[in-house]
Amino acid sequence: MTLLSVQDLAVARAGVPVLQGVGFALEPGRALVLRGPNGIGKTTLLRTVAGLQPPLAGHVEAAPDSVTYAAHSDGVKSTLTVAENLTFWAQVFGTDAVATAMARMNLRDLADRRAANLSAGQKRRLGLARLLVSGRAVWVMDEPTASLDVDSVQLFGAVVRDLLAAGGAALIATHIDLGLEAEVLDLTPFKARKVSQGGVRSAFDEAFT
Amino acid sequence: MIALLIRDLRLAIRAGGGFGLGLAFFLLVAVIVPLGVGPEPATLAKIAPGILWVGALLSCLLSLDRIFALDFEDGSLDLLATSPVPMEGAVAVKALAHWLVTGLPLVLAAPVLGVLLNLPVQGYLWLVISLALGTPALSIIGAFGAALTVGLKRGGLLMSLLVLPLYMPTLIFGAEVVKRGAAGMAVGTPLALLAAITAGALALLPFAAAAAIRVNLR
Repeated sequence: MTLLSVQDLAVARAGVPVLQGVGFALEPGRALVLRGPNGIGKTTLLRTVAGLQPPLAGHVEAAPDSVTYAAHSDGVKSTLTVAENLTFWAQVFGTDAVATAMARMNLRDLADRRAANLSAGQKRRLGLARLLVSGRAVWVMDEPTASLDVDSVQLFGAVVRDLLAAGGAALIATHIDLGLEAEVLDLTPFKARKVSQGGVRSAFDEAFT
Repeated sequence: MIALLIRDLRLAIRAGGGFGLGLAFFLLVAVIVPLGVGPEPATLAKIAPGILWVGALLSCLLSLDRIFALDFEDGSLDLLATSPVPMEGAVAVKALAHWLVTGLPLVLAAPVLGVLLNLPVQGYLWLVISLALGTPALSIIGAFGAALTVGLKRGGLLMSLLVLPLYMPTLIFGAEVVKRGAAGMAVGTPLALLAAITAGALALLPFAAAAAIRVNLR
């Protein structure tokens, strides 16, 4: 069974097509790393896969309620404590994995600290622990290792390996090696072409024909 | 969704959450107006219903942009949109949290401030009833306005311009209820219209606001 399949996908950022013809499939236990220069459209692709924006063309198919998304920003509330932040997301996703998630991401000693007093790396660990409490099988992650130190990167690499071993899948935009056996997809060949060269027409273009 | 309500209330009460801002503003309006208008009891009694309702409306407006802007800035809104909570439900819960933090304290404080403005005795009951019926509409209409402007930096001015016209029916009928109540007249018609506006807004606007947020998150 395929957890996530993407066919002939074209995505646009602010109405301008950035990628076209992207296709891949994620089987259980597989991870896919997206590479490409800045501005190629990695974040836009991930947001489309996560369902935050509609694709310009093509399909994203995922098992219902299986995808969880981790963005650049962690969605951490600075006036709540670490435990309160995680408990909120656990309740939203209907799981009770707060204690395990804190243990896995090495946050136990920080449980009662307000998120405002966390360092950037600790805050990121808290943001990633949210993936664990979501209890979902497909993790879509945008630069998850930003501001993490070497030890935390390894810690997170182990967490993702466990997800894959448990039959989950991961889609990661990153330039850092997480120590995973992952396929790498370079997005450079999928850069959107101009309409005159066979590119995808955006709604804006179509309005003027 | 209950978790979201509890989180929003907790955020509002903690430092920097803006709890009490609306109430303090309402209090200031009610205290300052008699100083500006002059102490004649007859004049104050005449303008009290209008001033109290205008004060309530403006103090509601004061905290509206916080409903979604803070969640948008720290990325929680993206994560909420990809979570199992339906966006319509999230909007309704956030508007409810805003009402509990802003509207409900206004309803409870209004009779005390009525004294400052020399509101006639028959008016107090209707003041509380009209605010209790009308302020939920202010919160949900405000949530719609906040949803429309959620991606904009410093969108407060635009939001006020969008929301204020939508507030007018509630203001007019709300103040009318108090005015008639204070004068000892029948209040049925404006009260029914006030309740109808609130019911209609509560039924329709969560869907409109959720659609607006989805567009703004793209």
